[in-house]
Amino acid sequence: MTLLLEADHLYRHYGKRCAVNDVSFTLSRGEVLGFLGPNGAGKTTTLQMLCGLLAPDTGTIKINGIDLLSHPKLAKQSLGYLPDTPPLYKDLTVQEFLRYCGQLHGMAKPQIARAITQAQDRCGLQEATHRLIGQLSKGFQQRLGIAQAILHNPDVIILDEPTVGLDPLQIREIRALIRELGQGHGVILSTHILSEVQESCTHVQIIHQGQLILRENVAGLNQQLEAGSLEVTTRLAADLSVLAAIPGVTRIKPLTDLRLQIHYRTSDNPKQKITETIMAKGWGLQELTPIKKSMEDIFIGLTQDDAP
Amino acid sequence: MISTIAIREFKALFLSPVAWSLLAVLQFILAYLFLKQVETFMVLQPKLAAIPNSPGLTDIVVPPLFGNAAIILLLAVPLLTMRLIAEERRNKTLPLLLSAPLTNAEIILGKFLGCLGLLVIVIGLVTAMPLSLLLGGELDFGKLSANVLALLMLVSALTATGLYLSCITQHPVVAGIGSFGLSLVLWLLDTGSQMRDHRNEWLEYLSLLRHFQNLQSGLINSVDVVYFLVFISIFILLSIRSLDKLRWQK
Repeated sequence: MTLLLEADHLYRHYGKRCAVNDVSFTLSRGEVLGFLGPNGAGKTTTLQMLCGLLAPDTGTIKINGIDLLSHPKLAKQSLGYLPDTPPLYKDLTVQEFLRYCGQLHGMAKPQIARAITQAQDRCGLQEATHRLIGQLSKGFQQRLGIAQAILHNPDVIILDEPTVGLDPLQIREIRALIRELGQGHGVILSTHILSEVQESCTHVQIIHQGQLILRENVAGLNQQLEAGSLEVTTRLAADLSVLAAIPGVTRIKPLTDLRLQIHYRTSDNPKQKITETIMAKGWGLQELTPIKKSMEDIFIGLTQDDAP
Repeated sequence: MISTIAIREFKALFLSPVAWSLLAVLQFILAYLFLKQVETFMVLQPKLAAIPNSPGLTDIVVPPLFGNAAIILLLAVPLLTMRLIAEERRNKTLPLLLSAPLTNAEIILGKFLGCLGLLVIVIGLVTAMPLSLLLGGELDFGKLSANVLALLMLVSALTATGLYLSCITQHPVVAGIGSFGLSLVLWLLDTGSQMRDHRNEWLEYLSLLRHFQNLQSGLINSVDVVYFLVFISIFILLSIRSLDKLRWQK
């Protein structure tokens, strides 16, 4: 496994706010690294630093062994980047735009023609070749953004929220494409959708308030996902302290007087206990719905595991 | 790499109506002014013939035409330069250039040359007007080329100024207003100094107009040429620096 990207002790402040706080990680060939975090966690800032758009306050970044900060031009040759807004010139056609991108990366003419055809095939853009970018739908524009990032066959591909604005079918295609790209390259993608990581990534990294709080492969992540939550509706107001005392319950969030959201650890599985308690106390159980695992559950699982 | 960006920038001007409308309007105004100068010459010609060492056709037609072109371009260049970087930042297309293996100097020089390309066409069209007089008269080519050089230098300086202003704001219109204001101040610096009895040499020296007129007179002094080259370099370097500074934004 070759090491494609090394980020070492990165810090970045915006004014007094610390957006990225001591982030270190590596990416090898064949890995698809999912950068997971809620909005504003520092995902985009980290990715922008990796691409040389932002300078880190301290820390080093090496791409293919070349220091990005001291040799930016050389290091950027092995980099393909899709920002959170696809950088497209609306007055060009798809083909003109891709040709320009190829030229910017110093590709030779015959090489560009081949690369354009390949990138268009991979991203499903064949029928849009001669259309103006300004007239393309959001989904096509997003796909063109990805095509632009993989055009010059870079070793490291960085995609900032690649599936935003796509319909479910396109999302499936793009996820398949990302898995395919991951075989020959190193891919980093950022997202705030958990299932995206589970479907297309080999490794996952969770960032929260600028700090990395988890670095795992996807199998490890699934084990970490031992936090679940329930929504409970009762006829009479329940006593929160009694419910909170049930082993395995990590947190209770009252939604209204009669509706509660209960977070629990799946290893202790307190569902039955909760039901029994409500019945026994005579609060009148009306509804009990398991909620699909969300980012929030993971964060609670990871950050508040020790809390009662 | 520089040429890639320059060609893209040049083509982009012609993909929108910007370049076409600018060329049409400039050509219309300047053609009118040109014809007026030619008429002036026709009226004066009998009198001039009597005076020994009198100003010729070139003296009467060319400097006023190029002088007027300079003033109109002072207005027009900021309209062209305002979008150069500001619009890329606004449309969020700048990351494409910044994440590509390019240095900031290449990006700035590419943008500068692309925009200058259109202005060279403008100068070419302006020059074609006096050249048409060759059909029935003679021209002083030395003086004509001095005027072409003066206008080229001036236009490059204005482009560099506009490019810098476009780097420091995200709003194309603000960049346009800013670069128009800055160019005008630099243009008019010496008018204030002329009003007093003792002239302020420093202000006079900094004025774009002064150096432009020196070159226009047909006297190509290296001081004036160096002034323009230094002026252009300063603003190009400032532009490169401000693009660098984007990476450090707080």
